[in-house]
Amino acid sequence: MTFGVHAPILAIAVPLLGAFALPVFTKLHRSLRDIWAAAVGAFTCAMVITVAVQVFTSGVQVYTLGAASPTASVVQGGFPIRIVLAVDGMSAFMGLISALVGLASLVYSFGFLKEEQGKTLAMTLFFLLWAGMLGMEYTGDMFNFFVFLEVTSIAACSLVGYRTWESAPVEAAFKTMAMYTVGGLLVLLSIGILYGEYGALNIAYLSSKVVGSQLDKIALGLLLGGLLMKAGAVPAHMWAPDAYGEAPAQAAIVLVANTQASLYGLWRVLFTLFVGVLSAPAVGWLVASLGALTILVAVLAAVTQRDLGRLIAYGAVSQIGYMLLGVGVGLAALSSRQDWGLVAMKGGIFHMLNDAATVGLLMLAAGVVRRATGTKDLASLGGLGHDLKWTSGFFLLGVLALAGIPPLNGFASKFLIYESSFRLSPILAAIAVLGSILLLAVFARAFQGAFLGPRLREARPASPAMLAAMGILAAVILAMGLAPGFFVEHLVGPAAEALWRGRDLYLAAVLGG
Amino acid sequence: MTVVVRTVARIIAPMILAFGGYVIMHGHLTPGGGFQGGAVAASALALLAISFGFGRWKGIKAPLSFLEDLGALAFVALGFLGIGYTFFRNVLAASGGLFGAPVPPGPNPGLLETGGTLPLMNWAVGLKVIAGLGSVVLLLGLFGGEDDR
Amino acid sequence: MIGNLPFVVCMILVGLGLWTLLSRRNLIKLAIGITLIESGVNLFLVALGYVERGVAPIYTYAPPRAKMVLPTPQALTLTSIVIGLATTALMLAFAVVIYRHRGTLDARKIRELRG
Repeated sequence: MTFGVHAPILAIAVPLLGAFALPVFTKLHRSLRDIWAAAVGAFTCAMVITVAVQVFTSGVQVYTLGAASPTASVVQGGFPIRIVLAVDGMSAFMGLISALVGLASLVYSFGFLKEEQGKTLAMTLFFLLWAGMLGMEYTGDMFNFFVFLEVTSIAACSLVGYRTWESAPVEAAFKTMAMYTVGGLLVLLSIGILYGEYGALNIAYLSSKVVGSQLDKIALGLLLGGLLMKAGAVPAHMWAPDAYGEAPAQAAIVLVANTQASLYGLWRVLFTLFVGVLSAPAVGWLVASLGALTILVAVLAAVTQRDLGRLIAYGAVSQIGYMLLGVGVGLAALSSRQDWGLVAMKGGIFHMLNDAATVGLLMLAAGVVRRATGTKDLASLGGLGHDLKWTSGFFLLGVLALAGIPPLNGFASKFLIYESSFRLSPILAAIAVLGSILLLAVFARAFQGAFLGPRLREARPASPAMLAAMGILAAVILAMGLAPGFFVEHLVGPAAEALWRGRDLYLAAVLGG
Repeated sequence: MTVVVRTVARIIAPMILAFGGYVIMHGHLTPGGGFQGGAVAASALALLAISFGFGRWKGIKAPLSFLEDLGALAFVALGFLGIGYTFFRNVLAASGGLFGAPVPPGPNPGLLETGGTLPLMNWAVGLKVIAGLGSVVLLLGLFGGEDDR
Repeated sequence: MIGNLPFVVCMILVGLGLWTLLSRRNLIKLAIGITLIESGVNLFLVALGYVERGVAPIYTYAPPRAKMVLPTPQALTLTSIVIGLATTALMLAFAVVIYRHRGTLDARKIRELRG
């Protein structure tokens, strides 16, 4: 299949082309813009799915940019010379998450942005952000990863702050930009250190050469710090509630997927680049305890929130903690190859998909509430269920899934995390369970306050496009809740395996034998 | 600004623009390229904007942002040219066509017609940077101007 | 030891930038602090590629068998300068908009978002 070979780069290049062509089409005609956006979105999703199918059926896919043929070897004279895209199970899985969230955001923005100013700008930035996310997930080159990281930073902050006629979003955008830039520069510094030591930027080549010197440890620390800053884990989480709370809903859900792309970068660094030299139990414990701390701090902060947007934002931050906990436990068990380590990895990675769908659904519902009533202050909301029937249903579904109520998807992934983190340390498991319970209490109160009770004010119903976007995410949540086994076996399992013991395959695919 | 500044700006700005164009055009031969040349040329725009006042340049904001889009589009489109082989493949190099002259072996003073798609990409990037940086300077100046002066 | 001096200078720049970020409250100064960190990192990248007595890495200009400095770090530095330009411009634009809304650049006075 000749066309499928090009799928990884098309998934990145087509949204880029779409972003830059969008203003030109707007100049020609308004409806042309919407048609173009829909076409680009559909094509990108098709490409991502093509990549995923190829990777899950026939293994790691490598694409060498600028070579005579896409599969030409990147190594010439024992040295990698070109930029390469390398998609393994984990990358393909992350691409699917980005595609799902991007699709929902695009559909939602057709309805949501109709009466807002700056729709063309918002859509352009959205496509840039999408391309950047997919680039981060598919690239096999450290510096290329940094470039895409910064593309997402710039696009994300512009998306948070493009509504310059209000002051709060711009303030959130400034804060976010400062954190993102410092995080990105830490990553760049460590890439510089790695380049100075080994003279290459290719992840697979670096991984085959890395020796674990003192400098490597510094580089690992800088990468860990920079990527966690961008992911919004606890010591550096203060930008996240502002950005999630102030960004328009269709942008906020892409921001969530973007933090996950940063987490993916962290997994790639830990499990592919440094796995041969780091002391896995120590780093695993570090990541897992950061995760537990994130859960604890975010959930406790959520209890005091009076704004629906910020409440959901803290919920989103706490979910980052579950992912860190799951994968951290997996890393701690990596060197002894315990079975429960793989279970923890599966839990943490499955939770990424769950988080994207669940938090995305909640944020979209909050966006509908804000559009319907003009406020997100919980004290002045009430009785919205009378007017927003579908939205309140979706919100309830999101709350139940987020808290991990048994038949839904959140339970499936959280149970994997509880079970396996208990094997490492009962305290971690206790924090995770406690976080879940508190989260359920907080969100149940928010749901009851905003949607139940007597009707306080008139609310505008949601438009069909917005309901459709929420419907997509709700359908994914229900599907994952009803058949978690299918998802774990066919999507999450290969992704976790790719990190757990796929390093040699990855190296062989990129470096050739 | 004073008449001295305006006169000097009027003389120097074309030179800066020309130098920017030179840096872009020779990007594949000497240090420099699209971004550097574009930044040089955009500094001419900044000089003009500062010496003649920002208000007078309000009208070129929309054309500049359109130009920026075109530059970015051209860059991605040039990447797509190679899709028969791979994305970003330099299909024009040594093809005999535009910028397609083969490079003779050994040291040479730099041949402008070599480089394939690289000079075209430099121009796309240069266009984008001139327009983008110019409009950034213009917008910042227009924003701040109303309160300060 | 003297060969490590450039790296020391880079780290001093990065440290100064971080200190600026932590100790200053003016939004413009925060942007300056970030630019300082960025300069430090860029300098670090350029210093990595330096080869003693190396010439500029242009194949057609160099005399045969000349030692060249590494071109890759220079390309990296250029890319990171471009990115730095974009982020700085964006932050300054945000600062301008905040100033227009609130009439101040003091980060302590404009904290609408807290908790």
